[in-house]
Amino acid sequence: MSLRIVVCVKYVPDATGDRHFAEDLTVDRDDVDGLLSELDEYAVEQALQIKEAADDDAEITVLTVGPEDASDALRKALSMGADKGVHVEDDDLHGTDALGTSLVLAKAIEKTGYDLVVCGMASTDGTMGVLPALLAERLGVPQVTQLSEVSVEGGTVKGRRDGDTATEQLEASLPAVVSVTDQSGEARYPSFKGIMAAKKKPVESLDLDDLDIEADEVGLAGAWTKVDEAAERPARTAGTIVKDEGEGGKQLAEFLAGQKFI
Amino acid sequence: MAEVLVYVDHVDGAVRKPTLELLTLARRIGEPVAVHLGPGADTAAATLAEHGAVKVLTADAPEFADYLVAPKVDALQAAYEAVSPAAVLLPSSTEGKEIGARLAVRIGSGIITDAVDLEAGDEGPVATQSVFAASYTTKSRITTGTPVITVKPNSAAPEAAPAAGTVEQLAVTVAETSKGTKVVSRTPRESTGRPDLTEAAIVVSGGRGVNGAENFPVIEALADSLGAAVGASRAAVDAGWYPHTNQVGQTGKSVSPQLYIAAGISGAIQHRAGMQTSKTIVAINKDAEAPIFDLVDYGVVGDLFEVVPALTDEVKARKG
Repeated sequence: MSLRIVVCVKYVPDATGDRHFAEDLTVDRDDVDGLLSELDEYAVEQALQIKEAADDDAEITVLTVGPEDASDALRKALSMGADKGVHVEDDDLHGTDALGTSLVLAKAIEKTGYDLVVCGMASTDGTMGVLPALLAERLGVPQVTQLSEVSVEGGTVKGRRDGDTATEQLEASLPAVVSVTDQSGEARYPSFKGIMAAKKKPVESLDLDDLDIEADEVGLAGAWTKVDEAAERPARTAGTIVKDEGEGGKQLAEFLAGQKFI
Repeated sequence: MAEVLVYVDHVDGAVRKPTLELLTLARRIGEPVAVHLGPGADTAAATLAEHGAVKVLTADAPEFADYLVAPKVDALQAAYEAVSPAAVLLPSSTEGKEIGARLAVRIGSGIITDAVDLEAGDEGPVATQSVFAASYTTKSRITTGTPVITVKPNSAAPEAAPAAGTVEQLAVTVAETSKGTKVVSRTPRESTGRPDLTEAAIVVSGGRGVNGAENFPVIEALADSLGAAVGASRAAVDAGWYPHTNQVGQTGKSVSPQLYIAAGISGAIQHRAGMQTSKTIVAINKDAEAPIFDLVDYGVVGDLFEVVPALTDEVKARKG
Protein backbone atom coordinates (compact mmCIF):
# COMPACT_ATOMS: atom_id res chain seq x y z
CA MET A 1 0.00 0.00 0.00
CA SER A 2 1.27 3.34 -0.98
CA LEU A 3 2.69 5.78 1.57
CA ARG A 4 0.64 8.97 1.77
CA ILE A 5 2.81 11.95 2.63
CA VAL A 6 1.43 15.42 3.32
CA VAL A 7 3.91 18.29 3.39
CA CYS A 8 2.72 21.51 5.06
CA VAL A 9 4.15 24.58 3.39
CA LYS A 10 3.78 28.27 4.08
CA TYR A 11 3.80 31.26 1.80
CA VAL A 12 5.73 33.97 3.64
CA PRO A 13 6.87 37.55 3.02
CA ASP A 14 10.44 37.59 1.73
CA ALA A 15 12.68 38.07 4.78
CA THR A 16 15.12 40.15 2.76
CA GLY A 17 12.31 42.64 2.03
CA ASP A 18 11.11 45.40 4.30
CA ARG A 19 8.48 43.63 6.40
CA HIS A 20 5.72 45.64 8.09
CA PHE A 21 2.50 45.31 10.02
CA ALA A 22 -0.80 46.31 8.44
CA GLU A 23 -3.25 48.60 10.26
CA ASP A 24 -5.00 45.67 11.95
CA LEU A 25 -1.57 44.54 13.26
CA THR A 26 -1.47 41.46 11.06
CA VAL A 27 1.46 40.92 8.72
CA ASP A 28 1.28 43.30 5.77
CA ARG A 29 1.37 40.97 2.79
CA ASP A 30 0.88 43.62 0.13
CA ASP A 31 4.10 45.39 0.90
CA VAL A 32 6.60 42.61 0.30
CA ASP A 33 6.83 39.80 -2.24
CA GLY A 34 5.96 36.38 -0.93
CA LEU A 35 7.58 33.04 -1.51
CA LEU A 36 7.71 29.45 -0.25
CA SER A 37 9.26 29.60 3.22
CA GLU A 38 12.85 28.51 2.79
CA LEU A 39 12.62 26.16 5.76
CA ASP A 40 9.70 24.36 4.11
CA GLU A 41 11.86 23.56 1.09
CA TYR A 42 13.78 21.21 3.36
CA ALA A 43 10.50 19.49 4.25
CA VAL A 44 9.63 19.05 0.56
CA GLU A 45 13.13 17.71 -0.09
CA GLN A 46 12.93 15.11 2.68
CA ALA A 47 9.48 14.03 1.49
CA LEU A 48 10.90 13.55 -2.00
CA GLN A 49 13.80 11.52 -0.62
CA ILE A 50 11.43 9.35 1.41
CA LYS A 51 9.37 8.78 -1.73
CA GLU A 52 12.46 7.91 -3.75
CA ALA A 53 13.59 5.47 -1.05
CA ALA A 54 10.13 3.89 -1.20
CA ASP A 55 10.72 3.20 -4.90
CA ASP A 56 8.10 5.80 -5.70
CA ASP A 57 5.42 3.81 -3.94
CA ALA A 58 4.43 7.02 -2.23
CA GLU A 59 2.35 10.04 -3.04
CA ILE A 60 3.23 13.55 -1.88
CA THR A 61 0.52 16.13 -1.31
CA VAL A 62 1.61 19.67 -0.51
CA LEU A 63 -0.80 21.59 1.65
CA THR A 64 -0.98 25.29 2.32
CA VAL A 65 -3.34 27.67 4.11
CA GLY A 66 -3.27 31.21 2.83
CA PRO A 67 -4.53 33.82 0.39
CA GLU A 68 -4.66 33.40 -3.39
CA ASP A 69 -0.95 34.17 -3.85
CA ALA A 70 -0.07 31.24 -1.58
CA SER A 71 -0.61 28.99 -4.62
CA ASP A 72 2.90 30.15 -5.65
CA ALA A 73 4.27 28.19 -2.70
CA LEU A 74 2.38 25.09 -3.86
CA ARG A 75 3.65 25.50 -7.43
CA LYS A 76 7.22 25.72 -6.21
CA ALA A 77 6.81 22.50 -4.22
CA LEU A 78 5.07 20.80 -7.16
CA SER A 79 7.88 21.86 -9.47
CA MET A 80 10.37 20.27 -7.07
CA GLY A 81 8.49 17.00 -7.54
CA ALA A 82 5.46 16.79 -5.22
CA ASP A 83 2.45 15.09 -6.82
CA LYS A 84 -0.54 17.24 -5.96
CA GLY A 85 -1.56 20.29 -3.99
CA VAL A 86 -4.28 21.30 -1.55
CA HIS A 87 -4.93 25.00 -1.01
CA VAL A 88 -7.13 26.10 1.88
CA GLU A 89 -8.28 29.60 1.05
CA ASP A 90 -11.03 31.58 2.74
CA ASP A 91 -11.49 35.29 3.44
CA ASP A 92 -12.36 34.44 7.04
CA LEU A 93 -8.83 33.07 7.57
CA HIS A 94 -7.24 36.53 7.63
CA GLY A 95 -5.39 37.02 10.94
CA THR A 96 -5.53 33.37 12.06
CA ASP A 97 -3.00 32.58 14.80
CA ALA A 98 -0.85 29.45 15.17
CA LEU A 99 -3.51 27.51 17.08
CA GLY A 100 -6.14 28.33 14.46
CA THR A 101 -3.78 27.44 11.64
CA SER A 102 -3.05 24.09 13.27
CA LEU A 103 -6.80 23.42 13.44
CA VAL A 104 -7.25 24.17 9.74
CA LEU A 105 -4.21 22.11 8.75
CA ALA A 106 -5.25 19.17 10.93
CA LYS A 107 -8.73 19.07 9.38
CA ALA A 108 -7.32 19.36 5.87
CA ILE A 109 -4.77 16.62 6.57
CA GLU A 110 -7.49 14.31 7.88
CA LYS A 111 -9.64 15.03 4.85
CA THR A 112 -6.74 14.36 2.47
CA GLY A 113 -5.69 11.15 4.25
CA TYR A 114 -2.12 10.62 5.43
CA ASP A 115 0.48 8.29 6.85
CA LEU A 116 3.19 10.89 7.34
CA VAL A 117 3.04 14.67 7.75
CA VAL A 118 6.28 16.54 7.06
CA CYS A 119 6.83 20.16 8.15
CA GLY A 120 9.70 22.60 8.22
CA MET A 121 11.15 23.39 11.67
CA ALA A 122 9.55 26.86 11.73
CA SER A 123 8.21 29.48 9.35
CA THR A 124 10.58 32.26 8.39
CA ASP A 125 8.01 34.93 9.32
CA GLY A 126 6.42 33.95 12.64
CA THR A 127 9.39 31.71 13.59
CA MET A 128 7.41 30.16 16.46
CA GLY A 129 8.35 26.58 15.60
CA VAL A 130 5.31 25.16 17.39
CA LEU A 131 3.14 24.08 14.49
CA PRO A 132 4.44 20.48 14.18
CA ALA A 133 3.81 19.89 17.91
CA LEU A 134 0.35 21.49 17.65
CA LEU A 135 -0.48 19.24 14.69
CA ALA A 136 0.69 16.10 16.50
CA GLU A 137 -1.47 17.03 19.48
CA ARG A 138 -4.53 17.72 17.33
CA LEU A 139 -4.11 14.64 15.16
CA GLY A 140 -3.30 12.45 18.18
CA VAL A 141 -0.21 10.96 16.55
CA PRO A 142 3.50 10.89 17.53
CA GLN A 143 5.66 13.96 16.92
CA VAL A 144 9.15 13.27 15.61
CA THR A 145 10.40 16.81 15.39
CA GLN A 146 13.47 18.97 14.72
CA LEU A 147 15.20 16.21 12.77
CA SER A 148 18.49 16.59 10.97
CA GLU A 149 18.08 13.11 9.45
CA VAL A 150 14.88 11.24 8.68
CA SER A 151 13.97 7.91 7.10
CA VAL A 152 10.90 5.70 6.78
CA GLU A 153 11.04 1.92 6.73
CA GLY A 154 8.08 -0.41 6.85
CA GLY A 155 5.67 1.74 8.81
CA THR A 156 8.30 3.23 11.12
CA VAL A 157 9.81 6.69 10.93
CA LYS A 158 13.27 7.19 12.38
CA GLY A 159 15.14 10.40 12.91
CA ARG A 160 17.97 12.19 14.60
CA ARG A 161 17.31 15.22 16.78
CA ASP A 162 20.24 17.46 17.74
CA GLY A 163 19.21 19.10 20.97
CA ASP A 164 20.98 21.61 23.18
CA THR A 165 22.41 19.04 25.53
CA ALA A 166 22.22 15.78 23.59
CA THR A 167 21.70 14.11 20.25
CA GLU A 168 18.74 11.74 20.25
CA GLN A 169 17.75 8.95 17.91
CA LEU A 170 13.97 8.83 17.71
CA GLU A 171 11.51 6.31 16.40
CA ALA A 172 7.74 6.21 15.94
CA SER A 173 5.12 4.16 14.17
CA LEU A 174 3.14 5.78 11.39
CA PRO A 175 1.02 7.81 11.20
CA ALA A 176 3.24 10.55 12.58
CA VAL A 177 4.15 14.22 12.26
CA VAL A 178 7.75 14.97 11.40
CA SER A 179 9.61 18.27 11.23
CA VAL A 180 13.03 18.73 9.67
CA THR A 181 15.74 21.34 10.20
CA ASP A 182 17.93 23.10 7.67
CA GLN A 183 20.60 20.53 8.52
CA SER A 184 18.58 17.75 6.86
CA GLY A 185 20.03 18.33 3.41
CA GLU A 186 20.00 21.01 0.71
CA ALA A 187 16.71 21.30 -1.14
CA ARG A 188 16.87 20.56 -4.87
CA TYR A 189 16.23 23.22 -7.50
CA PRO A 190 13.23 22.59 -9.72
CA SER A 191 14.27 21.49 -13.20
CA PHE A 192 12.74 23.06 -16.30
CA LYS A 193 10.87 19.80 -16.81
CA GLY A 194 9.66 19.97 -13.22
CA ILE A 195 8.41 23.51 -13.67
CA MET A 196 6.50 22.56 -16.83
CA ALA A 197 5.07 19.42 -15.21
CA ALA A 198 3.93 21.41 -12.15
CA LYS A 199 1.54 23.44 -14.27
CA LYS A 200 -0.45 20.29 -15.01
CA LYS A 201 -0.51 18.86 -11.51
CA PRO A 202 -3.86 19.00 -9.71
CA VAL A 203 -4.45 21.54 -6.94
CA GLU A 204 -7.58 21.07 -4.89
CA SER A 205 -9.12 24.19 -3.39
CA LEU A 206 -10.84 23.96 -0.01
CA ASP A 207 -12.66 26.51 2.12
CA LEU A 208 -13.80 26.51 5.75
CA ASP A 209 -17.14 24.89 4.85
CA ASP A 210 -15.33 21.98 3.25
CA LEU A 211 -13.47 21.45 6.53
CA ASP A 212 -16.48 21.95 8.84
CA ILE A 213 -14.80 24.88 10.54
CA GLU A 214 -16.88 27.83 11.74
CA ALA A 215 -15.67 31.29 10.76
CA ASP A 216 -15.40 32.35 14.41
CA GLU A 217 -12.93 29.54 15.15
CA VAL A 218 -10.30 31.20 12.97
CA GLY A 219 -9.25 34.60 11.68
CA LEU A 220 -8.59 37.66 13.81
CA ALA A 221 -11.89 37.18 15.66
CA GLY A 222 -11.06 33.59 16.52
CA ALA A 223 -7.45 34.23 17.50
CA TRP A 224 -6.65 33.45 21.13
CA THR A 225 -3.79 35.91 21.14
CA LYS A 226 -3.96 39.59 20.40
CA VAL A 227 -1.25 42.00 19.33
CA ASP A 228 -1.99 45.33 21.05
CA GLU A 229 1.02 47.29 19.84
CA ALA A 230 3.65 46.95 17.15
CA ALA A 231 6.41 49.53 17.03
CA GLU A 232 9.27 49.70 14.60
CA ARG A 233 12.50 49.31 16.49
CA PRO A 234 14.25 52.66 16.59
CA ALA A 235 17.25 52.74 14.29
CA ARG A 236 20.46 52.22 16.19
CA THR A 237 22.43 55.38 16.60
CA ALA A 238 25.44 55.20 14.34
CA GLY A 239 28.31 53.48 16.08
CA THR A 240 31.97 54.36 16.02
CA ILE A 241 33.80 52.75 13.11
CA VAL A 242 37.57 52.76 12.88
CA LYS A 243 39.89 51.47 10.21
CA ASP A 244 42.59 49.16 11.46
CA GLU A 245 45.96 50.79 10.87
CA GLY A 246 47.70 48.39 13.24
CA GLU A 247 45.95 49.68 16.37
CA GLY A 248 42.46 48.25 15.71
CA GLY A 249 42.69 45.53 18.37
CA LYS A 250 43.94 47.99 20.96
CA GLN A 251 41.27 50.57 20.12
CA LEU A 252 38.59 47.91 20.41
CA ALA A 253 39.96 46.82 23.79
CA GLU A 254 39.79 50.45 24.86
CA PHE A 255 36.13 50.61 23.86
CA LEU A 256 35.32 47.34 25.67
CA ALA A 257 37.13 48.54 28.80
CA GLY A 258 35.14 51.80 28.65
CA GLN A 259 31.96 49.71 28.59
CA LYS A 260 33.28 47.67 31.54
CA PHE A 261 33.44 44.40 29.61
CA ILE A 262 37.11 44.02 30.57
CA MET B 1 -2.43 36.00 45.01
CA ALA B 2 -2.76 34.00 41.81
CA GLU B 3 -0.29 31.20 41.24
CA VAL B 4 1.88 31.01 38.12
CA LEU B 5 3.29 27.71 36.91
CA VAL B 6 6.94 27.79 35.92
CA TYR B 7 8.32 24.82 33.98
CA VAL B 8 11.82 24.01 35.27
CA ASP B 9 14.62 23.39 32.80
CA HIS B 10 17.36 21.46 34.56
CA VAL B 11 20.00 18.77 34.20
CA ASP B 12 19.56 16.22 37.02
CA GLY B 13 18.42 18.95 39.40
CA ALA B 14 20.93 21.61 38.32
CA VAL B 15 18.53 24.41 37.40
CA ARG B 16 19.47 26.32 34.25
CA LYS B 17 19.59 30.10 34.35
CA PRO B 18 16.57 30.77 32.05
CA THR B 19 14.35 29.12 34.69
CA LEU B 20 15.58 31.57 37.34
CA GLU B 21 14.72 34.37 34.93
CA LEU B 22 11.24 32.87 34.54
CA LEU B 23 10.76 32.86 38.31
CA THR B 24 11.70 36.52 38.43
CA LEU B 25 9.20 37.36 35.68
CA ALA B 26 6.54 35.12 37.23
CA ARG B 27 6.66 37.17 40.43
CA ARG B 28 5.43 40.18 38.47
CA ILE B 29 2.16 38.39 37.73
CA GLY B 30 1.69 36.12 40.74
CA GLU B 31 3.23 33.53 43.03
CA PRO B 32 5.59 31.16 41.22
CA VAL B 33 4.92 27.42 41.52
CA ALA B 34 7.76 25.48 39.93
CA VAL B 35 7.16 22.20 38.08
CA HIS B 36 10.21 19.97 38.23
CA LEU B 37 10.09 16.75 36.19
CA GLY B 38 12.71 14.03 36.35
CA PRO B 39 15.44 13.41 38.92
CA GLY B 40 17.04 15.93 41.27
CA ALA B 41 14.01 17.77 42.67
CA ASP B 42 15.53 17.97 46.16
CA THR B 43 18.67 19.63 44.80
CA ALA B 44 16.64 21.94 42.58
CA ALA B 45 14.15 22.91 45.30
CA ALA B 46 16.66 24.99 47.26
CA THR B 47 17.60 27.04 44.19
CA LEU B 48 13.98 27.41 43.12
CA ALA B 49 12.93 28.53 46.62
CA GLU B 50 15.75 31.05 46.76
CA HIS B 51 14.39 32.61 43.57
CA GLY B 52 10.79 32.83 44.71
CA ALA B 53 9.10 29.46 44.19
CA VAL B 54 6.43 29.10 46.87
CA LYS B 55 5.95 25.47 45.91
CA VAL B 56 7.84 22.90 43.86
CA LEU B 57 5.63 20.28 42.24
CA THR B 58 7.69 17.28 41.29
CA ALA B 59 7.27 14.02 39.44
CA ASP B 60 9.75 11.49 38.15
CA ALA B 61 8.95 8.68 35.75
CA PRO B 62 11.04 6.74 33.24
CA GLU B 63 8.64 7.88 30.51
CA PHE B 64 10.03 11.44 30.69
CA ALA B 65 13.34 10.18 29.35
CA ASP B 66 12.11 7.26 27.25
CA TYR B 67 9.68 9.19 25.07
CA LEU B 68 9.76 12.59 23.43
CA VAL B 69 7.89 15.57 24.92
CA ALA B 70 4.35 14.15 25.28
CA PRO B 71 4.74 12.54 28.77
CA LYS B 72 5.98 15.90 30.06
CA VAL B 73 2.85 17.51 28.62
CA ASP B 74 0.78 15.01 30.64
CA ALA B 75 2.69 16.05 33.78
CA LEU B 76 2.37 19.77 33.17
CA GLN B 77 -1.33 19.29 32.50
CA ALA B 78 -1.63 17.50 35.86
CA ALA B 79 0.10 20.47 37.52
CA TYR B 80 -2.21 22.87 35.70
CA GLU B 81 -5.26 20.97 36.96
CA ALA B 82 -3.90 20.82 40.50
CA VAL B 83 -3.16 24.55 40.71
CA SER B 84 -5.50 26.41 38.29
CA PRO B 85 -2.77 28.98 37.63
CA ALA B 86 -3.08 32.49 36.23
CA ALA B 87 -0.42 31.67 33.63
CA VAL B 88 2.04 28.97 32.58
CA LEU B 89 5.59 30.04 31.78
CA LEU B 90 8.20 27.92 29.99
CA PRO B 91 11.66 28.61 28.62
CA SER B 92 11.78 29.26 24.86
CA SER B 93 13.83 26.16 24.13
CA THR B 94 12.77 23.70 21.45
CA GLU B 95 11.32 21.45 24.12
CA GLY B 96 9.78 24.30 26.12
CA LYS B 97 7.93 25.55 23.05
CA GLU B 98 6.71 22.09 22.08
CA ILE B 99 5.45 21.31 25.57
CA GLY B 100 3.77 24.71 25.80
CA ALA B 101 2.10 24.32 22.41
CA ARG B 102 0.62 20.93 23.19
CA LEU B 103 -0.54 22.05 26.62
CA ALA B 104 -2.23 25.08 25.04
CA VAL B 105 -4.28 22.85 22.71
CA ARG B 106 -5.28 20.59 25.60
CA ILE B 107 -6.41 23.34 27.95
CA GLY B 108 -7.97 25.51 25.23
CA SER B 109 -5.58 28.43 25.69
CA GLY B 110 -3.69 30.79 23.47
CA ILE B 111 0.11 30.66 23.35
CA ILE B 112 2.78 33.30 22.93
CA THR B 113 6.36 32.21 22.22
CA ASP B 114 9.73 33.95 22.45
CA ALA B 115 8.67 36.73 24.81
CA VAL B 116 11.57 39.02 25.73
CA ASP B 117 9.72 40.71 28.58
CA LEU B 118 6.60 40.17 30.62
CA GLU B 119 4.50 42.46 32.78
CA ALA B 120 1.14 42.40 34.52
CA GLY B 121 -1.69 44.04 32.57
CA ASP B 122 -5.35 44.82 33.25
CA GLU B 123 -6.39 41.89 31.08
CA GLY B 124 -3.66 39.43 32.01
CA PRO B 125 0.06 39.28 31.36
CA VAL B 126 1.44 41.40 28.54
CA ALA B 127 4.33 39.88 26.59
CA THR B 128 6.88 41.87 24.65
CA GLN B 129 8.24 40.16 21.54
CA SER B 130 10.89 41.12 19.06
CA VAL B 131 9.78 40.18 15.53
CA PHE B 132 10.76 40.37 11.85
CA ALA B 133 14.44 39.89 12.59
CA ALA B 134 14.08 42.26 15.56
CA SER B 135 12.96 45.16 13.36
CA TYR B 136 9.68 45.41 15.32
CA THR B 137 8.77 45.22 18.98
CA THR B 138 5.25 44.03 19.75
CA LYS B 139 3.15 43.79 22.87
CA SER B 140 0.66 40.94 22.93
CA ARG B 141 -1.62 39.13 25.29
CA ILE B 142 -3.67 35.99 25.37
CA THR B 143 -7.40 36.51 25.13
CA THR B 144 -8.67 32.96 25.63
CA GLY B 145 -7.85 30.48 28.38
CA THR B 146 -4.88 30.51 30.72
CA PRO B 147 -1.94 32.31 29.12
CA VAL B 148 0.84 29.92 28.05
CA ILE B 149 3.98 31.94 27.42
CA THR B 150 7.51 30.89 26.51
CA VAL B 151 10.28 33.34 27.36
CA LYS B 152 13.69 33.74 25.72
CA PRO B 153 16.86 33.41 27.78
CA ASN B 154 18.40 36.70 29.00
CA SER B 155 14.99 38.39 29.20
CA ALA B 156 15.38 39.28 32.87
CA ALA B 157 18.10 39.34 35.49
CA PRO B 158 17.42 36.57 38.03
CA GLU B 159 16.64 38.09 41.43
CA ALA B 160 16.81 36.33 44.77
CA ALA B 161 13.46 36.41 46.60
CA PRO B 162 13.42 33.67 49.20
CA ALA B 163 10.16 31.73 49.44
CA ALA B 164 9.02 28.47 51.01
CA GLY B 165 9.67 26.20 48.04
CA THR B 166 7.72 23.36 49.64
CA VAL B 167 8.25 20.18 47.63
CA GLU B 168 5.04 18.34 46.77
CA GLN B 169 4.68 15.15 44.78
CA LEU B 170 2.56 15.50 41.68
CA ALA B 171 0.48 12.50 40.66
CA VAL B 172 1.03 11.94 36.94
CA THR B 173 -0.49 9.31 34.69
CA VAL B 174 1.33 9.08 31.40
CA ALA B 175 -1.23 8.32 28.68
CA GLU B 176 -0.57 5.42 26.28
CA THR B 177 -0.93 7.88 23.40
CA SER B 178 1.93 9.91 24.87
CA LYS B 179 4.34 7.01 24.35
CA GLY B 180 4.38 7.38 20.58
CA THR B 181 7.87 8.71 20.00
CA LYS B 182 10.55 6.50 21.47
CA VAL B 183 13.95 7.94 22.35
CA VAL B 184 16.06 5.02 21.14
CA SER B 185 19.36 6.53 22.22
CA ARG B 186 20.68 9.74 23.70
CA THR B 187 24.27 10.92 23.33
CA PRO B 188 25.09 13.83 25.62
CA ARG B 189 26.96 16.65 23.97
CA GLU B 190 30.57 16.94 25.03
CA SER B 191 31.08 19.98 27.22
CA THR B 192 33.48 22.60 25.90
CA GLY B 193 33.72 24.24 29.32
CA ARG B 194 32.46 27.46 27.76
CA PRO B 195 29.19 29.12 28.78
CA ASP B 196 26.01 28.02 27.06
CA LEU B 197 25.46 30.06 23.90
CA THR B 198 21.95 31.28 24.69
CA GLU B 199 22.73 32.08 28.32
CA ALA B 200 26.14 33.72 27.91
CA ALA B 201 26.67 37.37 28.82
CA ILE B 202 29.24 37.68 26.03
CA VAL B 203 29.22 35.88 22.66
CA VAL B 204 32.06 35.90 20.13
CA SER B 205 31.00 34.66 16.69
CA GLY B 206 32.94 33.83 13.55
CA GLY B 207 31.69 33.78 9.99
CA ARG B 208 32.78 33.30 6.41
CA GLY B 209 35.81 35.52 7.02
CA VAL B 210 37.28 32.96 9.43
CA ASN B 211 37.95 30.97 6.30
CA GLY B 212 38.26 27.41 7.62
CA ALA B 213 37.72 25.20 10.65
CA GLU B 214 41.45 25.35 11.35
CA ASN B 215 41.15 29.10 12.03
CA PHE B 216 38.31 28.94 14.56
CA PRO B 217 40.78 28.70 17.49
CA VAL B 218 41.42 32.42 16.84
CA ILE B 219 37.76 33.06 17.70
CA GLU B 220 37.83 30.60 20.60
CA ALA B 221 40.88 32.25 22.11
CA LEU B 222 39.16 35.63 22.19
CA ALA B 223 36.02 34.02 23.65
CA ASP B 224 38.06 32.32 26.37
CA SER B 225 39.86 35.53 27.28
CA LEU B 226 36.44 37.16 27.83
CA GLY B 227 34.74 34.13 29.39
CA ALA B 228 32.41 34.14 26.41
CA ALA B 229 30.46 31.58 24.39
CA VAL B 230 31.44 30.88 20.78
CA GLY B 231 28.93 31.35 17.97
CA ALA B 232 29.10 30.89 14.23
CA SER B 233 27.21 32.25 11.25
CA ARG B 234 25.27 29.98 8.96
CA ALA B 235 27.93 30.32 6.27
CA ALA B 236 30.57 28.99 8.68
CA VAL B 237 28.29 26.16 9.82
CA ASP B 238 27.22 25.20 6.29
CA ALA B 239 30.89 25.08 5.31
CA GLY B 240 31.43 22.56 8.12
CA TRP B 241 33.80 24.81 10.08
CA TYR B 242 31.78 24.82 13.31
CA PRO B 243 28.92 22.71 14.73
CA HIS B 244 25.32 23.61 13.99
CA THR B 245 24.58 23.76 17.71
CA ASN B 246 26.67 26.96 17.79
CA GLN B 247 24.86 28.61 14.91
CA VAL B 248 23.48 32.07 15.64
CA GLY B 249 20.62 33.16 13.43
CA GLN B 250 17.13 32.48 12.28
CA THR B 251 17.64 28.72 11.93
CA GLY B 252 20.09 28.46 14.77
CA LYS B 253 20.12 30.03 18.21
CA SER B 254 18.78 33.43 18.95
CA VAL B 255 21.04 35.23 21.41
CA SER B 256 20.68 38.42 23.36
CA PRO B 257 23.89 38.88 25.35
CA GLN B 258 25.29 42.01 26.94
CA LEU B 259 28.07 42.01 24.34
CA TYR B 260 28.11 40.41 20.89
CA ILE B 261 31.33 40.37 18.87
CA ALA B 262 30.98 39.40 15.20
CA ALA B 263 34.23 38.59 13.43
CA GLY B 264 34.24 38.03 9.68
CA ILE B 265 30.44 38.11 9.54
CA SER B 266 28.79 40.25 6.87
CA GLY B 267 25.44 40.48 8.67
CA ALA B 268 22.88 38.86 6.36
CA ILE B 269 19.27 39.17 7.56
CA GLN B 270 19.38 35.51 8.60
CA HIS B 271 22.16 36.26 11.07
CA ARG B 272 20.76 39.58 12.21
CA ALA B 273 17.55 37.82 13.21
CA GLY B 274 19.50 35.90 15.81
CA MET B 275 21.60 38.64 17.42
CA GLN B 276 20.07 42.05 16.77
CA THR B 277 18.71 42.36 20.31
CA SER B 278 22.19 42.10 21.83
CA LYS B 279 22.85 45.08 24.10
CA THR B 280 26.25 46.07 22.71
CA ILE B 281 27.35 44.95 19.25
CA VAL B 282 30.90 44.96 17.95
CA ALA B 283 32.07 43.86 14.50
CA ILE B 284 35.38 43.20 12.85
CA ASN B 285 35.27 42.86 9.08
CA LYS B 286 37.54 43.59 6.13
CA ASP B 287 34.63 44.90 4.08
CA ALA B 288 33.71 48.45 5.14
CA GLU B 289 30.39 48.03 3.27
CA ALA B 290 29.30 44.93 5.24
CA PRO B 291 25.71 45.42 6.52
CA ILE B 292 26.77 44.35 10.02
CA PHE B 293 28.36 47.79 10.45
CA ASP B 294 24.84 49.32 10.37
CA LEU B 295 24.15 47.60 13.69
CA VAL B 296 27.34 48.15 15.61
CA ASP B 297 28.21 50.27 18.58
CA TYR B 298 31.83 49.84 17.61
CA GLY B 299 33.26 48.49 14.39
CA VAL B 300 36.76 47.81 13.16
CA VAL B 301 37.33 47.65 9.43
CA GLY B 302 40.28 45.33 9.18
CA ASP B 303 41.63 41.81 8.91
CA LEU B 304 40.23 39.69 11.71
CA PHE B 305 43.46 37.69 11.81
CA GLU B 306 45.24 40.90 12.84
CA VAL B 307 42.57 42.50 14.99
CA VAL B 308 41.23 39.51 16.94
CA PRO B 309 44.58 38.20 18.24
CA ALA B 310 45.62 41.74 19.15
CA LEU B 311 42.37 42.18 21.04
CA THR B 312 42.82 38.82 22.77
CA ASP B 313 46.32 39.82 23.92
CA GLU B 314 45.03 43.16 25.14
CA VAL B 315 42.16 41.56 27.08
CA LYS B 316 44.57 39.11 28.72
CA ALA B 317 46.99 41.89 29.59
CA ARG B 318 44.28 44.06 31.11
CA LYS B 319 42.85 41.17 33.09
CA GLY B 320 46.38 40.53 34.32
